[in-house]
Amino acid sequence: MSAKELKVKIEWCKGCGICVAFCPKNVLELANEKINIKDKDSCIKCGQCELRCPDYAIYLEVLDDGK
Amino acid sequence: MSSELISNNFRMDKLPHIWCPGCGHGIIMRSLAKAIDNLKLDKSKVCVVSGIGCSSRAPGYMDFNTLHTTHGRALAFATGIKLANPDLEVIVITGDGDCSAIGGNHLIHASRRNIGITTILFNNNIYGMTGGQYSPTTPNKSYGTTAPFGNIDKPFDICKLADAAGATYVARGTAYHANQLIKIIEKSIQNNGFSLVDAISVCPTYYGRKNKKGSSVDMLNEIKDMTIDIKTAEKLPLDKYKDKLLIGEFKNTEQPEYTAEYQKIINRFKKER
Repeated sequence: MSAKELKVKIEWCKGCGICVAFCPKNVLELANEKINIKDKDSCIKCGQCELRCPDYAIYLEVLDDGK
Repeated sequence: MSSELISNNFRMDKLPHIWCPGCGHGIIMRSLAKAIDNLKLDKSKVCVVSGIGCSSRAPGYMDFNTLHTTHGRALAFATGIKLANPDLEVIVITGDGDCSAIGGNHLIHASRRNIGITTILFNNNIYGMTGGQYSPTTPNKSYGTTAPFGNIDKPFDICKLADAAGATYVARGTAYHANQLIKIIEKSIQNNGFSLVDAISVCPTYYGRKNKKGSSVDMLNEIKDMTIDIKTAEKLPLDKYKDKLLIGEFKNTEQPEYTAEYQKIINRFKKER
């Protein structure tokens, strides 16, 4: 498994809050009607946010150097 | 930057899409791209065709051979494409209004012929693009801008309709159950014949507001509560699930595929010449 990192593409976020609601670890919040990662250390990289983000504004990036 | 799935399968200069905040269509469009990606299909052999409506904006964003056609006629155009070039993996993206109202006749006959087309129906129970008119899948007693006192129509069960008309793969997935939806779409593409996937979406802007359904998150959670997988339901007595919407794979059978049968006729005359 390669390492992954939670990333946000803020320009595409429409602030629907789906990722916030379905994150099992309460990592995300809406700040000024856009997504914000408030607690990156708690992220378990399950990908529930990426799976249901209708605007592709949040995703897990696969890091090249990951082992 | 964006995820590899998006940058490899979408026209990045066309994103973000025009759909409203919280629209379920984005989830279903990603699920389709993920299914195509998982199957490692040759992108030049995939053709995505749509009609008119919110759902039908999707091919504009997807980086394959794409065709945005007239209202209800996606399956008619797709039939032409598939007959002209049977090697193409033809995928139709349509909505509940596009596919089951004005395009209803094309749906039943594409099903009857069992032509090798995969149809993904983005079902949000309303005409979103034109302002919230009720569609053939709007539930009885629901509200729409054209049903201000509640809808007196009964909705179609599009899966049963396609099944009865002769489609060889029929399944229902939802924007909430996105992982299951990806698997369903993969199998629908692999079916050699006509496939219909009823993909339940959410429309928080029109259907949601008119029917006081709350936010997109509330509507997705309602999908979770109101559905039951057919494999689970089969083990339960009917009264435990009779008010629930069944999801999962309803039909997966093999029948002669239309363009293959058509080719046999062509081959027969080629031999005689």
